[in-house]
Amino acid sequence: MIQRSLALFGGLFVLILVIGWVMGLPFTSSRLVEAAAYALIALGLNIQWGYGGLFNFGIMGFLMVGGAAVTFISYPVNPEFWGSDGPMMLGRALFAFAIGALIVLAARQAHRIGITGKWKGALTVLAWFIAYVLYRSQLDPAAAYIESAGGGWVGGLGAHPVLGWVFGGVLAAGIAYIVGKICLGLRTDYLAIATIGISEIIRALIKNMDWLTRGTLTVSPIPWPTPLPQDYQAGGMDIAGSLIAARAGYFLLALVVLGLVMWLISRAYAGPWGRMMRAIRDNHIAASSMGKNVTARQLEIFVFGSVLMGIGGAMLVSFVQIFDPSSYQPINHTFLIWVMVIVGGAGNNWGALFGAVLLWLVWVVSEPLSKAVFDFVSYWSTNAGWGAIPEIEARSAQMRVFVLGLVITIALRFAPKGLIPEVVKREDARG
Amino acid sequence: MTEIVFFINQVVISGLVLGCIYALGAIGITLIFGILRFAHFAHSELMTGGAFIAFLLASAFAAWGIVTPIPTGFVVLPIAMVLAAILALGIDKGFYAPLRKRGAKPVTLLIASIGVTLMIQGLIRLFFGAGSYSFFETETKEIFRIDTSTIGSTRPLVITEPQVLMIVVTLVSVIALHFFLTRSRLGKAMRAMADNADLAQVSGINTALVVRVTWVIAGALACMAGTMLALDVTLKPDLAFNIILPIFAAAIVGGLGQAYGAIAGGLLIGFAETLAVFNWTMLFRPLNAVLPDWLQLPAQLALVPTEYKLTVAFVILVVTLLVRPTGIFKGASS
Repeated sequence: MIQRSLALFGGLFVLILVIGWVMGLPFTSSRLVEAAAYALIALGLNIQWGYGGLFNFGIMGFLMVGGAAVTFISYPVNPEFWGSDGPMMLGRALFAFAIGALIVLAARQAHRIGITGKWKGALTVLAWFIAYVLYRSQLDPAAAYIESAGGGWVGGLGAHPVLGWVFGGVLAAGIAYIVGKICLGLRTDYLAIATIGISEIIRALIKNMDWLTRGTLTVSPIPWPTPLPQDYQAGGMDIAGSLIAARAGYFLLALVVLGLVMWLISRAYAGPWGRMMRAIRDNHIAASSMGKNVTARQLEIFVFGSVLMGIGGAMLVSFVQIFDPSSYQPINHTFLIWVMVIVGGAGNNWGALFGAVLLWLVWVVSEPLSKAVFDFVSYWSTNAGWGAIPEIEARSAQMRVFVLGLVITIALRFAPKGLIPEVVKREDARG
Repeated sequence: MTEIVFFINQVVISGLVLGCIYALGAIGITLIFGILRFAHFAHSELMTGGAFIAFLLASAFAAWGIVTPIPTGFVVLPIAMVLAAILALGIDKGFYAPLRKRGAKPVTLLIASIGVTLMIQGLIRLFFGAGSYSFFETETKEIFRIDTSTIGSTRPLVITEPQVLMIVVTLVSVIALHFFLTRSRLGKAMRAMADNADLAQVSGINTALVVRVTWVIAGALACMAGTMLALDVTLKPDLAFNIILPIFAAAIVGGLGQAYGAIAGGLLIGFAETLAVFNWTMLFRPLNAVLPDWLQLPAQLALVPTEYKLTVAFVILVVTLLVRPTGIFKGASS
């Protein structure tokens, strides 16, 4: 097993070298930084699916939350907004939200004054409606005001980006807690559909709340935690060298985070907590009869995994320096991660890491590769008198979706446990 | 009266059209879930693929110079449905049957269906690019404007020819499906297998045949839904990928495994979406004349802004899953 993993990682290293040689170092260095962030996200899914058997198809939502969080924390302060009436109006909207929440909570306690059954249900729906109207009545004018006269949008806080990563994790944890609390009782495929639905709701909100996230107008440039290429160039370095040096700095920081996370979750997996989680995954009925609180443990693992997704999403956004809500797609940000974990090996952290780096490289390389193939075929068909292939650029960009689908179907058919499968240690009688 | 006609145009007709599309898609999903017990995500690609097959056939007809009184896309629909059914059978044979034989969990099949989704979508985009196509490049889309001035309205009632055809065809196929499921031997076998697959097998039902029939029906209906949608709007590679979740919402709201539930769920989601974004001021504007000054209706009085239209379906989906996961018509829950 160890030999196989080493051989696979060795092969991956050779692949990186080949890509570095063919595509150039600036390209490869930035793909490696992204691969590190995706590895973190894949580890998050590996915790949820590999350790806990939870079917989270809402990864895109958590990545967006992380991205929005780091934008909010690290983008420079927007003085125009803070000098206007905007904060006051948002405060009123928040107050309305709190009152609405109180109304809903009160309606849920209606059985104490003797309102039960259908009447309580009707009252709860009415309370939700009143709370919604109350909130909208305060928020809509505030949003309209901020977008037109109050500086356009809220802006950032101007803090250090690493703080933004932490906040991304915290925010993702909070949302995962709410999502988990309401959805984890569902069985697997319902959970998948519910999480997709929730991630679409999150996407619609972030995309359309222009006052908070600038929506489709996008936010850039988001600062880096490490020195930017421009800083190196100011020091007299040439452009290619500065790109590589800056990305190497970012990559090191990402590696530190990744290493720390890897160490922590591997320890947790090997310890009693990991054994308990595997017991719940493999047979939750038996686990609960042994006195384990299955629902609470599953919620715990859902939140832990989502924290990693939030941090990874934040790292990606601060690396590319632009937060564009409309660039988030279920294919790129949910299904891709799933393929990474399944191809790598669910339940094995090294497998998830391997799958993340490999699939990310395949994903980014399949476009130039298929363009080269198309160019070749086109050259050949032109010479043969059949004419060139039209729209090569657009077509090869779509090729990676097909490659992704092909990889996952082949993996499910021939290596359902992944390339580096989970190793289940059996303790013997002495242990 | 103008307001009521406007309401009919904006809510009744578009809700009905949307509901028909959702219902046709949801029937396939719910049948597959009932028989094979997994959530088939690639249904969206069956719809898009079916629409593209119909588009190719319609283009071929146009190239051969065949002119038809009704939209060509509609005339070629039966052929396209047969081809889509064969495509569905092939997908099952190539991707799902080997996994089923291995005894894979429904979850694995679900992931495999996502893989199939990606592959078909990749292929469609490879051959057709990312642009949009119209069935009405060589012929005109007929729009019926029914004059309603006799009841005192200044606006006509507007409905397009594809929309009329869509509503009629949905109705016909739903009735046909109803008779198939309740009267024919094969339909009864399907319902028996949906209730209890093991029991159906021991009582001598040919389960392999039932599985094949399920794919044929699902593929044909998906092709119909996709083509109808493409006739109503435009044909693009992510035509159905964007609405697969509302379709799932329709299937779940109706109760997974329940064919009639899927129809009810589809119409419910369709109307909920259009009602939620409808600007109620447009309907109640005459009241402004009687209402006092402090209670005038605002210019915008919609429950949710238009950009959240699809979100309505997701909210209904999540709420249904929480409050009543078995759906309106007690569907399968295990």
